Amino acid sequence: MKENEKPEKGNQIIEEAAQAEYKYGFVTDIETEVIPKGLDEDVVRRISSLKGEPEWLLEFRLKAYRHWLTLKAPTWGHVHVPEIDFQDISYYAAPRQKKAGEVKEIDPELKKTFDKLGIPLEEQMRLSGMAVDAVMDSVSVKTTYRERLAELGVIFCSISEAVKDYPDLVRKYLGKVVPYTDNFYAALNSAVFSDGSFVYIPKGVRCPMELSTYFRINAAQTGQFERTLIVADDDAYVSYLEGCTAPMRDENQLHAAIVEIIVEDRAEVKYSTVQNWYPGDKDGKGGIYNLVTKRGLCRGDHSKLSWTQVETGSAITWKYPSCVLKGDHSVGEFYSVALTNNWQEADTGTKMIHLGKNSTSTIVSKGISAGHSQNSYRGMVKIAPKATGCRNFTQCDSLLLSDTSGAHTFPVIEVGNDTSVVEHEATTSKINEDQIFYCNQRGISTEDAVGLIVNGYAKEVMAKLPMEFAVEAQKLLSVSLEGSVG
Amino acid sequence: MNALKQYIDLYDESREVIEQQSPALLNNLRRIAREHLENARLPRKGSEDYEATDLEEVFAHDYGVNVNRLPFDADPAETFHCDVPNMSTCLYYSSNDAFHSSPTAERNIGQVVVEPFSMATVDYPELMTSYYGQLARMSDPTVALNTLLVQDGLFIYVPDGVVAERPIQLVNIFNAALDMMVQRRLLIVVGKNAAIKLLTCDHTQSPDYHYLNNQVIEIVAMQGSTIDYYDMEESTPLTRRVSSIYVDQHEGSNVLIDGITLTNGFTRNNYHVEVNGEHAETQLLGMTIASGQQHVDSHTFISHNAPRCHSNEMFKYVLNDSAVGAFAGKILVKPDCPRVEAYQGNRNLCGAPTAKMYTKPQLEIYTDDVMCSHGSAVGQLDEEALFYMHTRGISIEEARRLLMQAFVADVIDGVRLDALKDRLHYLVEKRFAGTLSNCAGCMAACKKN
Repeated sequence: MKENEKPEKGNQIIEEAAQAEYKYGFVTDIETEVIPKGLDEDVVRRISSLKGEPEWLLEFRLKAYRHWLTLKAPTWGHVHVPEIDFQDISYYAAPRQKKAGEVKEIDPELKKTFDKLGIPLEEQMRLSGMAVDAVMDSVSVKTTYRERLAELGVIFCSISEAVKDYPDLVRKYLGKVVPYTDNFYAALNSAVFSDGSFVYIPKGVRCPMELSTYFRINAAQTGQFERTLIVADDDAYVSYLEGCTAPMRDENQLHAAIVEIIVEDRAEVKYSTVQNWYPGDKDGKGGIYNLVTKRGLCRGDHSKLSWTQVETGSAITWKYPSCVLKGDHSVGEFYSVALTNNWQEADTGTKMIHLGKNSTSTIVSKGISAGHSQNSYRGMVKIAPKATGCRNFTQCDSLLLSDTSGAHTFPVIEVGNDTSVVEHEATTSKINEDQIFYCNQRGISTEDAVGLIVNGYAKEVMAKLPMEFAVEAQKLLSVSLEGSVG
Repeated sequence: MNALKQYIDLYDESREVIEQQSPALLNNLRRIAREHLENARLPRKGSEDYEATDLEEVFAHDYGVNVNRLPFDADPAETFHCDVPNMSTCLYYSSNDAFHSSPTAERNIGQVVVEPFSMATVDYPELMTSYYGQLARMSDPTVALNTLLVQDGLFIYVPDGVVAERPIQLVNIFNAALDMMVQRRLLIVVGKNAAIKLLTCDHTQSPDYHYLNNQVIEIVAMQGSTIDYYDMEESTPLTRRVSSIYVDQHEGSNVLIDGITLTNGFTRNNYHVEVNGEHAETQLLGMTIASGQQHVDSHTFISHNAPRCHSNEMFKYVLNDSAVGAFAGKILVKPDCPRVEAYQGNRNLCGAPTAKMYTKPQLEIYTDDVMCSHGSAVGQLDEEALFYMHTRGISIEEARRLLMQAFVADVIDGVRLDALKDRLHYLVEKRFAGTLSNCAGCMAACKKN
């Protein structure tokens, strides 16, 4: 962490901004159990047996693995994913518990790690009012507030526990929204997925607190392949947050996750992400390849799914949180801020597939590119012929902060009937010089002015984030922009 | 299935005949085209840039190709009357793939050169060699196919400083009594500070035959030149057209391209514009009125390769019955091209439950100091406006027609020839009223849609 270089700045956010380095780049010195590098059927079987999984899940993994062998890595994204040697990655890494059998007590080293990251693992930190599932590398370390949630019938645990404790539920929903045949990385994840969260909100229950998962990659030369499954039964409501960080390393690490969400009649799920994986250094060395598949199915009538994401990390981001709006009057939302700096590349957006009558969707995407980065919005709005009376509004704006960066928009719109209305708007420009001049006049330095304007520009999306995240995300935007002006 | 194969085989079998009937310059490029086609496949529906269009299917039909250049009897000037009132043009015809000039062509003599390639390669060998086949990209298999089989084309040249007094009108007619594919080709070179207005209309006189027009148009706009190119299609449900227009714009040039489709069967229009000079201005306009089974797909690409240039695109579609419309547009701003302004708009009316619209507006920007935007919308006529007009005693049908006319009016208003603008308003009005067939004394089959 650098010393504060600009002490004259009173504003706390700006002070944070001066700490230009990636502040989560430390490594936890903890004994880790890593299985050897490489991928074949034996590795898949080994992961499954390490986790003590039932036969049907092993079958599911093997089918996915065999399908993955027939696929090629996609190349259509506006990102440059170098050829990944899938045999050079370890597919399972677990922080070893000091004493076997003492599962309830978490390792102090681990606790320190999550304390450093500001994640409350101890329940005495009740004031934070948030239930957390912390995942380090391939396993879930600790899930807080489980008992209190269980009183309401809410299930919130790691997916490995869910497989043991609620096999019927997991079996019913796993792979239903993102089948293993979906794409290359989805097939890979289905074969080797390790931990992630499982959430089930029963009928009529409004989850009293925010549920949160914190993902941390720690071990070197491993990939993280988590899998999250969220089911909101009729009339249920849940707000789910996801955060992620990784140590600073010269090598690239792969993160290929799947998130599946099922929303039943009149239920609502709000999914927020602040993605802050290590983005690589100023010369583009190192960083996480964040290649994930996220999709939600609004199965019930009047169901609602809302994705909010702030993407500031990762060397390469390739993700399209999507909504399949199957239920009549269902609602899909996507709010995104994607900021790229230095040599980062982001290709992100959403798909809104309208199958139900009178379903509506809103897309607001704000891209900010600085340094030598490339930032793309890629989206699809599809209205099926039978989905009458649908409505979509899409707005995607791009802000360019340097003449060496790029901003791109690739939307696709397909309308199959005459009662639906779809609108799409996009603009690309640089920061208005008049606005910067105005700030300068008032004694605000150019760098601070850019921070102010960018935060204002992203405000529409930030407003959709839960309180705690919004503050964090706002700081993150300023930090990521540091050094990009001039 | 590989639809290209039948044409490649035809070329391999009739290579000598084709080459004997063509200027040497065209033959030189044929070999390169043949290489490009060796492993090429026509894009299928769903592939990149062809979300709604299946070219394999379009080319799969067994069309006749007139490799022997047999003359057709009909004189198009006698049977065809699609003139624009109050507009004095220099009229040229292309009947199937052969060119004819009319007496009015004399009007521009001494100013503008309009010659078939067979003459132009003799009269202007340097110009032809410098520009023929230089812009069109053979990586597109339809362009390579055109280059492989084309035997003649039309060369239009406006020398430096010449402002053509009268617009040039080129009427393309299909009137063969058999299924036929033609490779139309245009090369337009407009010199420094020169100006020209060009109008082409595509017509079909025999509605019972399958025709395919695979055309390639190359336009070179030199420094300070002005080009207006109006491209109108009024053909029949069995007529298919794949058109690729390539434009090279130099400093300060101003190019307007307006593509209008009133009646057709299947149409794919590709516009590829390279803006290579500062202060160049590009306008791409498009209007489609489609009903029945009409299929219109427009694909635009404007590459801004120089600073301080300006482009504007607007495409409007009105779709009824089971018509399919598609629009894909890309604006590219290359690195180190500051102060570029680029706008793109696509507005569509879906007037029937079975009409389908696909749209894909794209921006790819590598310079920060730019103003670029795109907007796209698919919707219906405003019910309240319809109701308001109905309360004022206008029938719903009439109100619908008026609103649709108003919807496309701004594309027509972009036309920079008053007489043509009036004519277009009139034709659109008739198209919406379903009375396009009533042009006195004309044998064109526009009415069959």
